[in-house]
Amino acid sequence: MAILITKESKIIVQGFTGKIGSFHAEEMMEYGTNVVGGVTPGKGGQKHLDRPVFNTVKEAVEETGADASILFVPPAFAADSAMEAADAGIKTLVAITDGIPAHDMIKVKRYMRRYKAEDRMTMVGPNCAGVISPGKCMLGIMPGHIYKEGNVGVIGRSGTLGYEAAQQMKDLDIGISTSVGIGGDPINGSAFKDHLAKFEKDDDTKVILMIGEIGGPQEAEAAEYAQSNCSKPIIAYIAGLTAPKGKRMGHAGAIVSAGGESAAEKVEILKEAGITIAKNPSVIGETVASVLKNLG
Amino acid sequence: MNIHEYQAKEILAKFGVSIPKGGIAYSPENAKDRATELGGDLWVVKAQIHSGARGKAGGIIVCKNEQEVSEAANKLLGKTLVTHQTGPEGKTVQRVYVEEGTDIKKEFYLGLVFDRSTESIMVVASSEGGMSVEEIAEEKPESLIKTRIEAAVGMQSFQAREIAFALGLEAKAINRCAQAILGAYKAFSTSDATMVEINPLVLTGDDHVLALDCKMSFDDNALFRNPQLSELRDKSQEDPKETYAADRGLNYIPLDGDIGNIINGAGLAMASMDMIQLAGGQPANFLDVGGGATPEKFVKAFKLISGDPNVKVILINIFAGINRCDWVAQGIVDALAQIQIEQPLVIRLAGTNVDEGIKILKDSKIDYIEAFTLEDAANKAVKALKELG
Repeated sequence: MAILITKESKIIVQGFTGKIGSFHAEEMMEYGTNVVGGVTPGKGGQKHLDRPVFNTVKEAVEETGADASILFVPPAFAADSAMEAADAGIKTLVAITDGIPAHDMIKVKRYMRRYKAEDRMTMVGPNCAGVISPGKCMLGIMPGHIYKEGNVGVIGRSGTLGYEAAQQMKDLDIGISTSVGIGGDPINGSAFKDHLAKFEKDDDTKVILMIGEIGGPQEAEAAEYAQSNCSKPIIAYIAGLTAPKGKRMGHAGAIVSAGGESAAEKVEILKEAGITIAKNPSVIGETVASVLKNLG
Repeated sequence: MNIHEYQAKEILAKFGVSIPKGGIAYSPENAKDRATELGGDLWVVKAQIHSGARGKAGGIIVCKNEQEVSEAANKLLGKTLVTHQTGPEGKTVQRVYVEEGTDIKKEFYLGLVFDRSTESIMVVASSEGGMSVEEIAEEKPESLIKTRIEAAVGMQSFQAREIAFALGLEAKAINRCAQAILGAYKAFSTSDATMVEINPLVLTGDDHVLALDCKMSFDDNALFRNPQLSELRDKSQEDPKETYAADRGLNYIPLDGDIGNIINGAGLAMASMDMIQLAGGQPANFLDVGGGATPEKFVKAFKLISGDPNVKVILINIFAGINRCDWVAQGIVDALAQIQIEQPLVIRLAGTNVDEGIKILKDSKIDYIEAFTLEDAANKAVKALKELG
């Protein structure tokens, strides 16, 4: 099964004909992702990478039956494109774009509430590496070959740290059902707890790995959610134990500005919720392995 | 991006928030002239640095005549003020704001922030002005009034009135206070602010409501559509090394340790710093070189890190995805052909084409310590540091 995307997912690329969009569309197709077309306003009717280009997402969905989209639109226009995807009936949107104004993301989140929960698009990102269901579908910019197919659901804020974890697991012969990069921005399309809920229902997922970092309330919210809603074991690693308070550590959202937002506090909150903590970034794979072993 | 108090107040004034009259000065003579222009018999000379809590640090001086204004400016200009928000190194005063004295009857707190859990703009007010919001939350939590603003329609007048009534204002000042709150909201929402803090917002002896002090921060990601704000940037208030790095497309934060590091990705950078500490060392910096690890980027990163006198060992940890290890390795080798570094260098490469990358490093003439995992890299960096004695 996996979550969000499967072998059957029909993918469109927003910002298809641009340099970055083209590059990653090709990478995704090479991985076996079913890219059915793309959207670049004003270039409708053309062919690009042997796929049709549409002027609007609505047209693309009508013509191709696309249900998922990946966004490579520049920051100034990305929020508009995300809302366009929501309105056209896209179910899963991955926004790769880094640098979307926070005020715009608030509008996007508010706009998505126009739709009933069951019809509502799940937005992943922005400022993320995307989603991959190994062996089935890659909707992102990650190196697909480091992800082995398996039973661990992964949710993380950081791109390269997620790669690190995937590689550690692969080296131990542990596979992944789906890996979701929720992104490093202060306002995300979806949070840890949204994906915990999806993994809980997914038969392919046996355990869940959360890779968090300093800043924001998301990890604590996930801990609270998991306590009453998740039966599957959860492992977590939180980056930024050495990060000073009040300094933005690269990601727009990685800043300790309130109580409970430091790595040490998050670790405590997660522990109290019964979540297994990977003590350092070098033992993420080992910690997942030991939890899987206990599961039998 | 942060701006000065006087700049923040000018923005507030544009949105209908009343502020005391004042003027900026760069010299004691300047300051005296401002006082003359303002008239009256009471002035306040305020150090302009990017920090709150300036009063406690001696940055705000009340003056009773023009000579005192000149002396206060003389005392403040060029002085380094240390507050709990500036860090121990403090910030240097390069301009002062001369303001007419205000007859204060009551002080309030008004703050607008992004609330990450509700993903909306939150207005926080309190009748206990003058204290920091952290202090209020600690000592008078019952005085905090929180109002969530619906992003789709913005702040409504009734919400501003509710806050004004809850602050305990008398009828004749309610509308003035509500106007100030609505003005602050408009300033926040139209300039892509991430924080607007008016502390204190005051009720004057004649029942007017004025913003006496104001701090504003803006979303760097939105400066492209607020060019007038970019002009307010004062680089003298920023860490020169951070500014140098930011101007070169590097995400850099200096820290207190002695192991410099160059990493791709913010999360991996934080994780590597943590690993250095667990191995018994201290990171000298956070540095994310980003995805495209070109030779030019490495030259810039090496210049920044190796030029830091605190850095005794340099650790490079790159997990290559789309940017393959062979490109990264070539980037490092090319960079080291252009720039000499004195410190021992530990390199760990992982990800796409790692074997090709390692081969390039080995075949090159660069002197480095090879590491295989995150832990191995941190341990070897700490070991190299200890060997230096």
